[in-house]
Amino acid sequence: MSAVPAARPTASAEPPDRGPELDLLLVPPRARTGWRLVPARIAAMCAVELQKLRHDRTELYTRAVQPALWLLIFGETFTRLKAIPTGGIPYLDYLAPGIIAQSAMFIAIFYGIMIIWERDSGVLTKLLVTPTPRAALVTGKAFAAGVKAVLQAVVVVLIAAVLGVAMTWNPLRLLGVVAVVLLGSAFFSCLSMAIAGIVLTRDRLMGIGQAITMPLFFGSNALYPLDLMPGWLQAVSKVNPLSYQVDALRGLLIGTPSHLPLDFAVLAAATLAGIAAASALLGRLAR
Amino acid sequence: MDHEEAVVCRGLEYSFTHGRGKVTRAVDGIDLTVRTGEVFGLLGPNGAGKTTTIRAITTLLPVGAGMVRVFGHDATRRPMEVRRLLGYVPQQLSADAGLTGRENVALFARVFDVPRAERARRVTQALAAVDLTDAADRMAATYSGGMVRRLELAQALVSAPRLLVLDEPTIGLDPIARTGVWERVDAVRRATGMTVLVTTHYMDEADRHCDRIALMDRGRIRALGTPAELKDQVRQDGQQGQAGHEGRDGRDGRDEPTLDDVFRHFAGRDLADATEGDFGDVRRTRRTANRVG
Ligand SMILES: Nc1ncnc2c1ncn2[C@@H]1O[C@H](COP(=O)(O)OP(=O)(O)OP(=O)(O)O)[C@@H](O)[C@H]1O
Ligand SMILES: [Mg+2]
Repeated sequence: MSAVPAARPTASAEPPDRGPELDLLLVPPRARTGWRLVPARIAAMCAVELQKLRHDRTELYTRAVQPALWLLIFGETFTRLKAIPTGGIPYLDYLAPGIIAQSAMFIAIFYGIMIIWERDSGVLTKLLVTPTPRAALVTGKAFAAGVKAVLQAVVVVLIAAVLGVAMTWNPLRLLGVVAVVLLGSAFFSCLSMAIAGIVLTRDRLMGIGQAITMPLFFGSNALYPLDLMPGWLQAVSKVNPLSYQVDALRGLLIGTPSHLPLDFAVLAAATLAGIAAASALLGRLAR
Repeated sequence: MDHEEAVVCRGLEYSFTHGRGKVTRAVDGIDLTVRTGEVFGLLGPNGAGKTTTIRAITTLLPVGAGMVRVFGHDATRRPMEVRRLLGYVPQQLSADAGLTGRENVALFARVFDVPRAERARRVTQALAAVDLTDAADRMAATYSGGMVRRLELAQALVSAPRLLVLDEPTIGLDPIARTGVWERVDAVRRATGMTVLVTTHYMDEADRHCDRIALMDRGRIRALGTPAELKDQVRQDGQQGQAGHEGRDGRDGRDEPTLDDVFRHFAGRDLADATEGDFGDVRRTRRTANRVG
């Protein structure tokens, strides 16, 4: 039972009930300081994400349906139509990296809604009263989104492989794929958390989330090459981090000509900017 | 390094600005001191400003006017130091429903830097301290309201805080669950000697469990002292004033004033009346309780 002092008679043969051991609860843990703090918080947030996924994998499966349909219907049809010039590779192969980036982005955009839900349910409030800097909390959430997106990417890669897409199995390139998906998801989750810090309610964010995901997707090179687009759409695509993510994924997985250093630089810079913006706006959710 | 005072607030004010420049003065100049080792109760009706005060002390709100210190650390300038010393249970029932009870507590062990080697044992002890050992590996979504509250206590206790801050720990719970929560708080306090700052609008709880209380109404502290002191004062004022008359305290000639009488005396209105005005918060709490519990 509890740590109630033994005010009751202990004449029985049983050992006296001294309550549970509480010795550790008397000693505060030693504080981590300096650079070791942020990685520890990121690890904590990622651990929670993995624990949740272990308890309930349905999301992983249901979220695989949409990319599978894109590849199966859109990919197969346009491969046959040969309507989109892809530089000699089957359209399905061209499309697969775009769909990986898309499904990762959809997961990440959901994180703003999740953080508002956590605010409403008090979970976020409690985390904000722990020795966790706002930026570390945001970075932790961003990488948790990345971990989830990487698992989702594995599912999409497997589906694509089943459909006969010829992808690299070079471990170094696959490591690059993981890094690109992590960075891209980190950026989009920060974008969505930053918007959450501005609009503050779930309903508004749902509307905005829906309003921006489709333009981000269609205004990128996920479905078609840049030079097919009208000028204004090319401009949109050039400032859209999703385009750089797709470009890197295509280069790494399919081996199409790409701009890996630029892609990584843009994604890293976008992620840093996103973390800064979301951390600055996070406090608004606590008020 | 040893601070006599766990919490010091001086001239604390906080106003919420709604759209179109409407301003609510939620906390209107509060001075209070919580001494190390005591159970301090902040008592008042809905909307009195208890939660706002708590959120200023826990670094959730920027302290505009006034000063807040926790064990000597300024809440605005050194929030990280303050947070390390705090265990906080907010007014809403909040546990992550997608995790087990043990995982919920382990998260707080991690973010308070409990080393891996002792994490599991510490989490087990925190769960045992609130009597959740048997339910530890069930999903928090299956917990009752009282169990969620005790789980939150375990989350707050796992870092061995010097100050435990509980915002209406028993709101929305049935009498048995209320007793259960208080038993854990009392037992942990006896075992660890930690300071407890608690808000409530139940007079009987404040009377039974708090060493000192502050009566709060409309953003101000109307009276502060031990329950006995406050009652004494009401008795004396009553005798000096209209002797033999029921007076504005309306105590029907009873000898021992209750804390309800005390509130009426100092705030000039009934606690029940003051509380009935605003059901919004209670309803919000209930809704959360249903969703999580
Ligand atoms: N986020 C907010 N935005 C605007 N006004 C707020 C906000 N939070 C509280 N208030 C207002 O500030 C005042 C004090 O609220 P507070 O929550 O501190 O009271 P309380 O004593 O905790 O009440 P309760 O017993 O209902 O929890 C109330 O008038 C409330 O309407
Ligand atoms: Mg409150």
